[in-house]
Amino acid sequence: MSGEVPKIRLRGLAKAFGEKKVLDGVDLDIRAGHGMVILGGSGSGKSVTIKCVLGLITPDAGRIEVDGRDVLSMKRREREELNDRIGMLFQNGALFDSLPVWENVCFKLLAQKRITRAKARDKAAEVLAQVGLAASVGDLSPAELSGGMQKRVGLARAIAAQPDIIFFDEPTTGLDPIMGAVIDGLIVDVVKRLGATAVSITHDMASARRIGDDAAMLHKGRIVWTGPASTLGATGNAMVDQFARGEREGPIQMELRR
Amino acid sequence: MLNPVAAIGRAVLAACRTVGAVALFALEGVSHLLRPPFYGRLFLKHLAEIAYFSLPVVALTAVFTGMVLALQSYTGFARFNAEGAVANVVVLSITRELGPVIASLMVAGRIGASFAAEIGTMRVTDQIDALTTLSTNPMKYLVAPRLLAGLIAMPFLVLVADILGVMGGWLIGTTKLGFSSGGYLKATMDFLEVMDVVSGLVKAAVFGFVITLMGCWCGYTSRGGAQGVGAATTTAVVASSILILALDYIITEMFFGT
Ligand SMILES: Nc1ncnc2c1ncn2[C@@H]1O[C@H](COP(=O)(O)OP(=O)(O)OP(=O)(O)O)[C@@H](O)[C@H]1O
Ligand SMILES: [Mg+2]
Repeated sequence: MSGEVPKIRLRGLAKAFGEKKVLDGVDLDIRAGHGMVILGGSGSGKSVTIKCVLGLITPDAGRIEVDGRDVLSMKRREREELNDRIGMLFQNGALFDSLPVWENVCFKLLAQKRITRAKARDKAAEVLAQVGLAASVGDLSPAELSGGMQKRVGLARAIAAQPDIIFFDEPTTGLDPIMGAVIDGLIVDVVKRLGATAVSITHDMASARRIGDDAAMLHKGRIVWTGPASTLGATGNAMVDQFARGEREGPIQMELRR
Repeated sequence: MLNPVAAIGRAVLAACRTVGAVALFALEGVSHLLRPPFYGRLFLKHLAEIAYFSLPVVALTAVFTGMVLALQSYTGFARFNAEGAVANVVVLSITRELGPVIASLMVAGRIGASFAAEIGTMRVTDQIDALTTLSTNPMKYLVAPRLLAGLIAMPFLVLVADILGVMGGWLIGTTKLGFSSGGYLKATMDFLEVMDVVSGLVKAAVFGFVITLMGCWCGYTSRGGAQGVGAATTTAVVASSILILALDYIITEMFFGT
């Protein structure tokens, strides 16, 4: 990591909702063209962290840099141009239920006028195939899909515009193991083929090792460990190892969260 | 807590903050109508939703209002032998007051509620955040076309309500109250001034804007799941109904005040 500018650099990121401090000084470097997995207990602020980078939540303090440029001080136009190059899979899919699936998938391409509506259906079918969905799914409405299918449509929507940076909030949660592996393969492929930087949040260690080059663990509002994802489970860090192996006993005690 | 002056002060401050926030929201929404991209397809969809699909409700209420107005004024005016003024009373009341107000209250129930529920659901399911990540400004996409549609659809509906309201009065006048058909219509037209209709249409445009504004604002700022969306829906309908009646007085004062 030495020398080169990280794709995303977070410094001292802090965010509280009312009394509750969710992020309390997050420092993290994410390498360009690599996969980063963010681990952490439920409610530890993983989703909040990436929403801060996307500009959906304004942090109370700290610095966010993308390609070495300070994001928080950007003008609206610059911010929009940056967002044009970023894709996001929301934890709950967040599909537009007033639009058919094909329009969801091609939404960003249509918004940027990169394709015409006439061509969008074919394009959608192509991207849907990558996430293991038949072209006929394109004509359904999101409400007619199962949870796992919605997730995959969300994934298709996130990658359709071929972004430079992609955030995946729990891409394989709710999928069967085989489909999970297919999606992992797709994420790796997106990083390799597009040279994109993928930031994934996951609770699935097998998946984390497959899609991550690097891994970071968020605990109590801070990044407590970063290292190669391949070592997860045997990192030597007692906290991370406990988390990765899913053990009840260890330095992380289950707390009743407020 | 115990100091009543402080409590009143807090309430007034909170009210001012809300009014300010709504005004800024409206300004931003309108400003998006002046800058491209424009969402003509969405505008037409909302126009149909408001104007076309509200027609049956507005038509029914207008006819019955005209009918009851004729009956009431006839029996009331009979006490001082002024039964002949029924046609004039009906047309003035309908075009200046009852047409705009009753049609708007009906539309507030239909459209204010549905906009608040739709946008509120999009808020709590991250769909509004998703728009931002898909190169689309949610204010421009969700709010601006709705505001414009409300502004344009409502005068059209009120024009229909005016005509049907007068027809309702004519129906009762000719079938029950012994007016001749031609005589009733002549009396209607003789006393009608352009300003009566115009003031009603101006009211309609303002009310249409207020209904869609409150629907959008309550939905856009809703929080906390299904319950939050439910509360947003109620607030949208109640707030727009109160605003309609309050603005009705102010506009009347501006047109006809002495
Ligand atoms: N808009 C919000 N308003 C108030 N509190 C919030 C908001 N968003 C998140 N939080 C709080 O921030 C904390 C972190 O939320 P976040 O969604 O980032 O968790 P997470 O790490 O993604 O958890 P999970 O693995 O369960 O998705 C939670 O305690 C949540 O209650
Ligand atoms: Mg989350």
